[in-house]
Amino acid sequence: MTTVASFQVRYTQFLDQRGEPTQPLPPLAADPSRLIPLYRAMVLARTFDAKAIALQRTGKLGTYPSFLGQEALAAGVGNAMRPEDVLLPSYRESALMMMRGVTLAELLTYWSGDERGSDFSAARSDFPVCITVAAQCCHAVGAAYAFKLRNEPRVAVCVLGDGATSKGDFYEALNAAGVWALPLVFVINNNQWAISVPLALQTAARTLAQKAIAAGIDGEQVDGNDVIAVQHVMQQALDKARTHGGPTLIEAVTYRLSDHTTADDASRYRDPKELSEHWAREPVLRLRNYLTHVGAWSKMDEEALLKECPERVAAAVEAWQAIPPPRPEAMFEHLYASLPASLAPQRSEALQSGARNG
Amino acid sequence: MAEITLVEAVNRALAYEMQRDPAVVVLGEDVGMNGGVFRATVGLQERFGKARVLDTPLAESLIAGMAVGMAVQGLRPVAEIQFSGFIYATLDHIVNHASRMRTRTRGRLSCPMVLRSPSGGGIRAPEHHSESNEAMFATVPGLRVVVPSSPARAYGLLLTAIRDPDPVIFLEPTRLYRLVKQEVADTDDALPLDVCFTLREGKDVTLVSWGAALHETLAAAEALSNAGIEAEVIDVATLKPLDMETILESVGKTGRCVIVHEAARTSGFGAEIAANLAERGLLSLLAPVARLTGYDTVMPLARLEQQYLPGTIRILAAVHKIMEYA
Repeated sequence: MTTVASFQVRYTQFLDQRGEPTQPLPPLAADPSRLIPLYRAMVLARTFDAKAIALQRTGKLGTYPSFLGQEALAAGVGNAMRPEDVLLPSYRESALMMMRGVTLAELLTYWSGDERGSDFSAARSDFPVCITVAAQCCHAVGAAYAFKLRNEPRVAVCVLGDGATSKGDFYEALNAAGVWALPLVFVINNNQWAISVPLALQTAARTLAQKAIAAGIDGEQVDGNDVIAVQHVMQQALDKARTHGGPTLIEAVTYRLSDHTTADDASRYRDPKELSEHWAREPVLRLRNYLTHVGAWSKMDEEALLKECPERVAAAVEAWQAIPPPRPEAMFEHLYASLPASLAPQRSEALQSGARNG
Repeated sequence: MAEITLVEAVNRALAYEMQRDPAVVVLGEDVGMNGGVFRATVGLQERFGKARVLDTPLAESLIAGMAVGMAVQGLRPVAEIQFSGFIYATLDHIVNHASRMRTRTRGRLSCPMVLRSPSGGGIRAPEHHSESNEAMFATVPGLRVVVPSSPARAYGLLLTAIRDPDPVIFLEPTRLYRLVKQEVADTDDALPLDVCFTLREGKDVTLVSWGAALHETLAAAEALSNAGIEAEVIDVATLKPLDMETILESVGKTGRCVIVHEAARTSGFGAEIAANLAERGLLSLLAPVARLTGYDTVMPLARLEQQYLPGTIRILAAVHKIMEYA
């Protein structure tokens, strides 16, 4: 017998769950003060997330998918990306979208059931959230192909969940990205649960990163609750993609501390002991412990931040609530570049009916 | 000017648009080196290079999905699905993404892509190669669905489809690929979408059809003329959005209408036209609207497909039947 190929899957972690370095930190963390914007973004995101859930509970927001516990992934990936790169997010990436410049008011607009929330004021080339799981993987191939064809130094960043790795679109996209050596980074938010299905029922694979091997591209695993590690591996993957080195699959191992969405109750299928174990590994406290330990973050800083974040979220809620409701004719706007003549009567119908109902 | 076939007209339109607009790319299975299994893309890769004429991995969902990604990021992809029965794997991307990208981003992003596919039966092809799935796409808001019925219309409509700012499903009747030849000028001779074409004028009955079935419909019209019945023949061409005005105007004149299509009858696109006639043209009708279609059966394999397809004899019988209403 001859071994014709063999592979290894790398795992990267810099801070353990107590926030203590497990190895020398990379240059991005050489100056701890450079980590403070990431910490602030993570706390703001978590504050927003809690508010969004509260707004749903009081009937002001529709079904909302929390990202509780996955803030480090968002901060690390978002901070490594350039503005001209393009994000293709799943629906669980509100925190990452915030890093891209999508406003809190826009996020609230979308999740309250209003298309205007996907008309981002910043990140104008980023895709809207993808609800049909894994479809964004194929879109990312097309986007990255466009960048490569035009010789633009841009990278498409596709974020998907662990459940998405069971879908054909994920494999089709991974395979094609390898064939054309595209400037594309796939990031798996492996939060261990796809609604009620745990990872062990999703795949027999030891890691999700190894799924890259069959596609002939690089795959690696990172501690998704360690923002330093996430940004480090993401930066390497982006640099490689930008310099014609081809695609990378990053599996960020994290945990869904919330329900799947506000329409779900995870206590029906998840052992509370498992949940409490994972609270000990969550990313926000981990980074705060590190920053506090190295003297870059004080109790006063923390108190100020915990005052500032709810104020910013409250201001966003106010701005969102001041947006007038969509008009009935909005259904017909942007359906096509210009409304076909045959649709004009239906538009009039909607206007008349809207006037009666309004 | 040399006469060319419908598939040659498709090839010519693709080449014209690739030459005119560097954002146009062609992708699909075997479209590059091989020039396409029906030869629709022959010579394009030699002329425009491998980067713009891509042989994709064998993955239809990928083809449609990456066309969405390309279109959103400023390219003008023309994606080929090799055979009609393979198109179902593209539906998530076409229905959930291509058709609504503009709407769901309030116009921030759009999806100017063309999905080309052979369509329909009659060439003794293997299973899953002879489907008529136009009605499935025609029910999706935000799409355009275009079916050419001659080389000149294939050329002119494809030019416009590629230039259209929104997604277009372009279904090419396989049976017509090499059935007829026609002179087609290789100029900027684009034809309008969203309108029907009146191919033959007549005062006694309106025959409405699209794609390959128009060939038999036109033959039926000639036979009817010999029997003293003058049929007006309308090529719907763009099924969605539907130009009902042209059909209503014709039926207003003739008072009679037979709709001919290959696809199965129930919820076939003929039902939409018949419903519109009932809503808006009832008072001009002298006879019930008739539909002559494929049966509500699975598309049969080669040995029975001629029994399934609506042929000239069946069309004539349908017309004679509605002519009996005084």
